[in-house]
Amino acid sequence: MENQFFVDSETLSEKALEKKHRLENDPSVRADFTKYMEGMEVIESDVCDNVMSHMESYDYSKYTALDVEAALRHENCTIEDFKALLSPAAEPFLEQMAQKARLETAKHFGNTVYLFTPLYIANYCENYCVYCGFNCYNQIKRMKLSIEQIEHEMKVIADSGMEEILILTGESRAQSDVHYIGEACKLARKYFRMVGLEVYPVNTEEYKYLHKCGADYVTVFQETYDKTKYETLHLLGHKRVWRYRFDTQERALRGGMRGVAFSALLGLSDFRKDALASALHVYFLQRKFPQAEMSLSCPRLRPIINNDKISPLDVHEKQLCQILCAYRIFLPYVGITVSTRESAEFRNGIVKIAATKVSAGVSTGIGDHESKYTGKQEGECGDEQFEINDTRSLEKMYGDITGEGLQPVLNDYLYV
Amino acid sequence: MENDKLVIAGHEFNSRFILGSGKYSMKLIEAAVKDAGAEMITLSVRRANTKEHENILDYIPKNVTLLPNTSGARNADEAVRIARLARELGCGNFVKIEIMRDTKYLLPDNSETIKATETLAKEGFAVLPYMYPDLNAARDLVSAGAAAVMPLASPIGSNKGLATKDFIQILIDEIDLPIIVDAGIGRPSQACEAMEMGCAAVMANTALATAGDLPLMAAAFKQAIEAGRKAYLARPGRVLTRGGSSSDPLTGFLRD
Amino acid sequence: MVKINGKPLETAGKTVEEYLASAGYDKARIVVELNEVIIPKESYADTVLKDGDAVEIVAFMGGG
Repeated sequence: MENQFFVDSETLSEKALEKKHRLENDPSVRADFTKYMEGMEVIESDVCDNVMSHMESYDYSKYTALDVEAALRHENCTIEDFKALLSPAAEPFLEQMAQKARLETAKHFGNTVYLFTPLYIANYCENYCVYCGFNCYNQIKRMKLSIEQIEHEMKVIADSGMEEILILTGESRAQSDVHYIGEACKLARKYFRMVGLEVYPVNTEEYKYLHKCGADYVTVFQETYDKTKYETLHLLGHKRVWRYRFDTQERALRGGMRGVAFSALLGLSDFRKDALASALHVYFLQRKFPQAEMSLSCPRLRPIINNDKISPLDVHEKQLCQILCAYRIFLPYVGITVSTRESAEFRNGIVKIAATKVSAGVSTGIGDHESKYTGKQEGECGDEQFEINDTRSLEKMYGDITGEGLQPVLNDYLYV
Repeated sequence: MENDKLVIAGHEFNSRFILGSGKYSMKLIEAAVKDAGAEMITLSVRRANTKEHENILDYIPKNVTLLPNTSGARNADEAVRIARLARELGCGNFVKIEIMRDTKYLLPDNSETIKATETLAKEGFAVLPYMYPDLNAARDLVSAGAAAVMPLASPIGSNKGLATKDFIQILIDEIDLPIIVDAGIGRPSQACEAMEMGCAAVMANTALATAGDLPLMAAAFKQAIEAGRKAYLARPGRVLTRGGSSSDPLTGFLRD
Repeated sequence: MVKINGKPLETAGKTVEEYLASAGYDKARIVVELNEVIIPKESYADTVLKDGDAVEIVAFMGGG
C-alpha cells in the first residue's frame, strides 16, 4: 500500500491546478533536482559519497540472527554491526537491543532527558513537498508573525518555564528572509538559554550571521536519502536540490554552529536504508567535525490538514523502536529527539531506552501558544504543519518524566 | 584474505610485520627478514664509520621497503634534518618520525611530531609518525598529512606489551589511517592481540633482539601477527559471562 | 680546521671528493652535509672545505 499524497483544493485557479497536475504527473516539467539553483553554495565534501555508497550497497535481507547476536556482543558497534541491527533479522531481538541501548544511553547521558519546545513563526512555503501540510498548494491559513508577535509568543513560552527553544519557519526566503530569522534569534536569546533553528537551508556565511544572532543548533531533515524517491516527493522549490540539502549540516558547522541535527522522515521510502543513511551522515560528519554536537530525530509520516489518510505505512512502533535502539548502540554519544508525532505512551517508554530529548507544550501552528497554553483566544492564527499526537504541557511532561525515575533537564549549556 | 593488503601511501604490503634492525648483528638481519616475512624494515641514520667495511644495506633483501627513522631527534627541526638526509641516501621516501624530548622514559613528543609531519608531508615524504596514543594528536597528524599513525604500546624497549590498549583502540575506531603499533610489544601473543583489535600492522625490534633465538622469534611473531589479522577479519565470537541481566522488559509499551 | 663528524681535522683546502677518498668512504652509501646543507653527490668534486666548516657524513645503521 502507498500513501495517496495528491490533494486538490477548490480555491486553486484552473491554471494553478493545471500546473500542479503537470508537476505531479510529468517528471519532465520539474526542475532538474541535481542542479544547484542560483545563490546555492557548493562545498567540497566527501561525506555524501561515503554515506551513499553504504546505503546503495545495503542489502538488509542478507543479515541473519547470527549477525545480530554478534553485533549485540561487540563492545564497539561497527558499521557492519549497525547494518545487522537495522535488518529484519534483528526484529526478534528487540528486547535485547533495548537493554543494550539503555546501558549505552545511561553511560553517556545518565538518566537525564532534555526538554524543549518548537516555535513556528511563519508557515509560508515555496516548496511543493507532497506529504507536508505547509506545501505551497495546500489550502491552509498562512501567517507570518511580526517581531512583536514573536516576542509575545516567546514570553508565553518562557513563562511556562521552558529554557530551550527551536525556531521554525516554512521554507520561504521571500516571506521569511535571513534577517527576519536573525531578529527572531536575537529576541529568543533574551528569553531562552539555548536557541535552535529549523528553517530552510542557507549558505555558510548566512549560518555565521545567524550564529552571531544567537542560534547555535541547526536542524534540517533530509526527508529521504533515496534520491530517486526524493525527486518524486519534492516537486517544486529550492528543496528539490537534494545535494544542497545534504550538505546543510556541514555548512552550518563551517559557519560556527555548535551542533546539528539530522533525520529522514520515516515512511517516505525504504525506512531501513533511510535510517542507515541518517546515522552514517552523522557518523562521517562527526569524524570530520569531532567537536560538534550531533543529534538524530526519527519523525514518521503524520496526517496533515486536508489529508488525514497519510500514515507511516510499514514503520510501526516496533520498527521505530528498533531503529532508535540501533542508532543508540551505533552512536552512543548522539542525542536522540522524539517529537510529539508519537504518542505519550511511546515517548514515556522510549526515554527509558534511547531518547534523550523530547518536546513539550507543542504547537505546530502559528501564533497560537497563548490560546493553547491559557485557553485565551486572541487574534489570528496560522494553520498547523501536521497533527501532533502527544499534547502534554511542559508541567505535565516534567512530572511524567520524573515519575519514570528520570531527571528532566531544561538546559545544561553555558553560552561562551 | 588473499586481497588483504596493507596499504601505506599507495604502496601495498602483504606482510603486516615491520621489523626493526637495531641492537643485533647485521649478520642476523637476513635471517630475521626471511623468517619474519617482513617487507618493511626500520633503519636509523648515524654518522658513518669508515672502519666498518660492511654496510647494513648489503644485508637487506632488495624487495624490502626501508623505513628510516629519525631517532636521535629532540625536536621537529632535527627530525626534518634527519629525514632529508635519509631520503638523500636514496632508498625511497618513507620516514618514521621519532622525536624524544625525554631520555629517561624515551616517550615521543606529540606536538613536535605533528610539526615535523606537516613539514615532511609537504616535501613529499610518506610520513609514519611514532606517537603517544592521544586522539587529538592523532587527528592533528591526519590533518598534517601522515600516511599512517604509530602509537606506542608501552615504553620503547620495555617489552611490556599493550599498556595503552584502550587508547590504541580509540585510534583504531576513529582514525581513517593504518594504525601501526610501535614500541613495547614484547611477545608474539601481544602482537596477536594488537592485530585482533584491528591494528593494521605491528612493529617490533627489542623483542627479537633480546630473544634467545632471534630468527625463531621472528617466525613466531610472523605467525602471531597473521593469526591476529585473521581473527580480526573473522570477527571474534561470544564470551560467556557468568549470570545474566534480568530486568523488567523495556519494550512492553510498543503497539503493533 | 674543519669539524668532520664532530672531530676537528686539518682538511681545509681539500674538496669533499678528495677527503672522502682519503678517508675510505663508499660514496654510494653516505650522505654529506656541509654546515647543515646537504651536498649533492655531483658537487663533491667542486666543493672545497674551508676553515670553520662543519661536515656530517652519515649512513644507515641498524635501528628500531
